[in-house]
Amino acid sequence: MLVPLLAVLTAVVVGGVVIVAVGGNPFFAYIGLIQGSFGSAKALSETAVWATPYIFAGLAVALAFKGGLFNIGAEGQLAFGAVTAALIGYALPDWLGTDLPAIIHIPLAVGLGALAGALWAAIPGALKAYTGGHEVINTIMMNYIALNLTSFLLNGPMRDPNPIDLSAQTPEIALSARIPPLFEGLRFHWGFILALVVAFLVYILIWKTTLGFEIRTVGSNPDAAQYAGINVKRTIVISMALSGLLAGMAGTIEVTALNYRHELGFSIGYGFDAIAIALLGKTHPLGVVLAAILFGAMRNGATRMQFLTQIPVDVISVIQALILLFVAADAIIRYIYRFKTRGERVVLTRGWGG
Amino acid sequence: MTEQPIVLEAKGITKNFPGVLANDQVDFDLRKGEIHALLGENGAGKTTLMNILYGLYKPDSGEIKVNGQPVVIHSPKDSIEAGIGMVHQHFMLVPVFTVAENIMLGDETTRYGVLDQKAVVRRVKELSKQYSLEIDPNAIVGQLPVGVQQRVEIIKALYRNAQILILDEPTAVLTPQEADDLFVIMRELTRRGVSIIFITHKLKEVLAIADRITVMRAGRVVGTVDPKDTNEQKLAAMMVGREVILKVEKKPAQPGKQVLEVEGLSVHDWRGLETVRGVTFQVRAGEILGIAGVQGNGQTELVETLTGLRPSAGGKIRFSGQDMTGKSPRLLTETGMAHIPEDRQRHGLVLSYPVADNLVLNTYYKQPFGVRGIMQPAAIDANARKLIQDFDIRTPSPYVNVGKLSGGNQQKVIVARELSHEINLLIANQPTRGLDVGSIEYIHQEIVAMRDRGLGVLLVSAELDEIMALSDRIAVMYRGQIVVTVDANKVTREQLGLWMAGAHPEE
Repeated sequence: MLVPLLAVLTAVVVGGVVIVAVGGNPFFAYIGLIQGSFGSAKALSETAVWATPYIFAGLAVALAFKGGLFNIGAEGQLAFGAVTAALIGYALPDWLGTDLPAIIHIPLAVGLGALAGALWAAIPGALKAYTGGHEVINTIMMNYIALNLTSFLLNGPMRDPNPIDLSAQTPEIALSARIPPLFEGLRFHWGFILALVVAFLVYILIWKTTLGFEIRTVGSNPDAAQYAGINVKRTIVISMALSGLLAGMAGTIEVTALNYRHELGFSIGYGFDAIAIALLGKTHPLGVVLAAILFGAMRNGATRMQFLTQIPVDVISVIQALILLFVAADAIIRYIYRFKTRGERVVLTRGWGG
Repeated sequence: MTEQPIVLEAKGITKNFPGVLANDQVDFDLRKGEIHALLGENGAGKTTLMNILYGLYKPDSGEIKVNGQPVVIHSPKDSIEAGIGMVHQHFMLVPVFTVAENIMLGDETTRYGVLDQKAVVRRVKELSKQYSLEIDPNAIVGQLPVGVQQRVEIIKALYRNAQILILDEPTAVLTPQEADDLFVIMRELTRRGVSIIFITHKLKEVLAIADRITVMRAGRVVGTVDPKDTNEQKLAAMMVGREVILKVEKKPAQPGKQVLEVEGLSVHDWRGLETVRGVTFQVRAGEILGIAGVQGNGQTELVETLTGLRPSAGGKIRFSGQDMTGKSPRLLTETGMAHIPEDRQRHGLVLSYPVADNLVLNTYYKQPFGVRGIMQPAAIDANARKLIQDFDIRTPSPYVNVGKLSGGNQQKVIVARELSHEINLLIANQPTRGLDVGSIEYIHQEIVAMRDRGLGVLLVSAELDEIMALSDRIAVMYRGQIVVTVDANKVTREQLGLWMAGAHPEE
């Protein structure tokens, strides 16, 4: 718990030095950042909006870590979830020839989008389990396939036929598929609440169910898992599929609760930031939620910071990178703050080809 | 024997690791041309002391003298310069290199900037003649038997002019015959002025070869004795700190019906080599079948296949009257097979899990521990508390990670788990490897108790003493085959040793 906090603190300090180096005043910059992220109802609302996909995607990567798997493919799974949710959102009423009530349409769009992410992630999971193909390589490759396939779909079959619309995006989804905002005039939506509920469910899954026990055992010691009669191959596929399910939800919620359509390049690296969030949150669901809110706040407050101090938004990326650096290489933090190095280390994934 | 000069002296060596006093004011000396055995259980501090002498650790306090001169040893390089050589338990050899190449490794002789292999070969031949150590300098190390590889390690030290040799558990990997050969070599070396520190936990060996015996326990030297004035019982008591029952009390076996029948079983290892070649044997209820053999003769693969961890390449396994060839570990466990695995940390435990979770590692999904997919912490807790009490597992709480326990207590966790469910066959592979005398005593009694309750027991061990002490029948495994199966009462240790080394039973 201490290391992530100190990592954030250290990153903020070192980030301050960077701000000075580019000719800014770090105090004004950080005040701007805080105002922009927490300073008003609108700022809070936007922070939550930013944090929502981060929570889902962070949970996705964290769950895979628990199963000893490094899911770098959240970005692709997210895109697949988004495309599927958009398709169900705008096309399903046409296919059925009738309008659907929201109570059916929203769960269908969200559920099938999440399922698409799960299937997309299950492929590298199965490759890992049955052929030994490493999931890091395969999820990266699957990202390229997913993103290019999405690009094709958005430029071709799924492109909005409206001739006024020049960009590569789907038609807007039906009103019945839209998750409503919580308050009039703010973008803050039910998707954030859903994210918190899902985080709690992930906690229950990992720590309270036999499936969670199997996932953790395979992640900690696959040899012992096999000895204990756990079907290791099946568990690997399930872990990846659940991870993809969560990543798919990240994309799904963005479509159904925020953008109401899927457009090319909507995800600005949620799937990759998710890795940082999972690590910062120590792969614990509560930690992931807090880390996601922090990252959401930084992304959201950055605009305000730039407006007040003319410091480029990119500084935020630097600070995020520093946080990740300090969390991943926690020996630095332990050295700076003179911690005793404890014997055991968190092993997140196992060796190549193992 | 006249008093020889002291060549190596360590005085007041203290080494503190966080939470453990590994060496506490240890005094140790070595005379010229003697074999001084350092005896103690795992964790007694033997290895720490040797690592200090060899420059791998720095002591917190204390003094080391070589030939009466104080020396500072900061690295293995310093210790080699001081004439100390170490042969590790796990050899530090490159298998694809020749003997000569391995010997010069790290100390290469060059001529005009090119390796001078000939000079090395010449020197190795000289050394092997001087110390009567037979070796072919041009042989590839990986193709040599283990005993000869060890000889390479010894020559490697002598090549660097070592006059003091530290042998760390050198007999652990040898057959009894190879161990006897090693003792002859050790005697020969000492006759030529080399002094040897012999680290071991095997009492018989110490009494057979050592000139003096120093016993360590819990970081301290308990005492130094002359082998003439002591015996196994006394040494064991010194090591453990209390009286130990070395002999396993055992009534005659009452064998019942067959629980396990193995017929023509063949297994491939990970390289695809046939390491178990058409093995046939039976285990009956109420008997202990011991499989003797030097490590690496197919025992690991055999057990992995019997317990469902590895596919078979041919043959049949019948367990509890059903064909169980190629069945999953879960089905085997549910049919009543218990398995104490060879590598407890790799297969038997999840070290980052608490003791309580490890105690339900293979039953977590069943009533009362898992109900409709939900773990039941109360039942898991009750189970843990009961087993910790019944099996005397020394842990501060059921929620301490099992990796924090001592080897003996880790093994007790496995034994407790495996014996606590309904079983009719116990497969125990190296059940006491690396354990202290007290834990060995406990686990042996537990295995015999299981037999007397009518269980079939398949015991696999590379320790001949263990096989002899526990088994009712003994099968000897050599190069993937069972060469002979005999009644334990009708065979001698020497005879078994010969079979383990490949001698034919008819001869």
